[in-house]
Amino acid sequence: MEQRSKNPAFKALTAAFPHTIPVLTGFLVLGIAYGMLMQKKGYEVYWSVLMSAVAFCGSMQFVAITLLTTVFNPLQAFLLSLMVNARHLFYGLSMLDKYKGFGKIKAFLIYTLCDETFSIASSVDPPEGVDRKGFYLSISLLDYGYWVFGTFLGGIAGTYLTINTKGLDFVLTALFVVLFLEQMKKPENRIFGIIGIAATVLGLVVFGANQLVLPSMALVLILLLAGRKILCR
Amino acid sequence: MPLTPAETIVTILAVALGAMVTRFLPFLVFPEHRQPPQVVSYLGRVLPPAMMGLLVVYCLKGVTITAKPHGLPELISIGVIILLHWWRSNVLLSIAGGTVVYMLLVQYVFL
Repeated sequence: MEQRSKNPAFKALTAAFPHTIPVLTGFLVLGIAYGMLMQKKGYEVYWSVLMSAVAFCGSMQFVAITLLTTVFNPLQAFLLSLMVNARHLFYGLSMLDKYKGFGKIKAFLIYTLCDETFSIASSVDPPEGVDRKGFYLSISLLDYGYWVFGTFLGGIAGTYLTINTKGLDFVLTALFVVLFLEQMKKPENRIFGIIGIAATVLGLVVFGANQLVLPSMALVLILLLAGRKILCR
Repeated sequence: MPLTPAETIVTILAVALGAMVTRFLPFLVFPEHRQPPQVVSYLGRVLPPAMMGLLVVYCLKGVTITAKPHGLPELISIGVIILLHWWRSNVLLSIAGGTVVYMLLVQYVFL
């Protein structure tokens, strides 16, 4: 134990793990659901695991089930994926500074920068004495692993699972709500949080549930840029 | 499996490529060795709270207020999360509490 606790990689992993527990719960539930759905559409477990491991983009993977069950059209798949995943553009802009100087692992951190990993990585800092690189790498690796493992479970055993997990996927909503509250602890952040909520509610009301992301992002961007001079003071 | 194995692999790669363009683009446009323009640094600082707000609403987009149960399970659970978080400020406790309340509500109360 003495030996292990001195290992910086192990220390980073144990520091990161508690932050990822809600993602573990949510990704297992949703990953299992995804593996099961793919199975039902005639895709064996290795196909769903391959999709999760290579594309790793939660909600788009569910959309892609439709693509896999209709006429072959890779261009449409690419364009749809661009649109559904457009919010990642803003995550990248937010992480330019935090992921700076991370060298070889940086490509992996970017590759796996999903909603959940972004929420945690942008909200928490590694504790004193913990390697920064190892800490952020652990968050990304764990979240990625949960999703792929959940998909695997759903693909092989989904039909045998009978526990009533209805409502358990709310854990990811709860994660975002709590990390939003964490952001709101800093008074200077509050106006930006309100802008995010207001712009997305407006996007939802005007464009509907299926097309709210792009208009809402555009509105957030316009408000942030237009208000820069006033909000920055 | 309606597509052939080759078509499936190409589709998976197309989906992955779309996702990766959105993830890598900011890092490619603003590489480390160049100082990003001030406006980009500003966005990097203020986007996290704004995007967290967007994600909360995004998760709730499927809730219908006009029909039963009028979004009450979500409203109550988020209220519980806010109270728990205000009381204890413990991230895991707030998430677990809110999720358990939500599960109880949708499994036993709002059927």
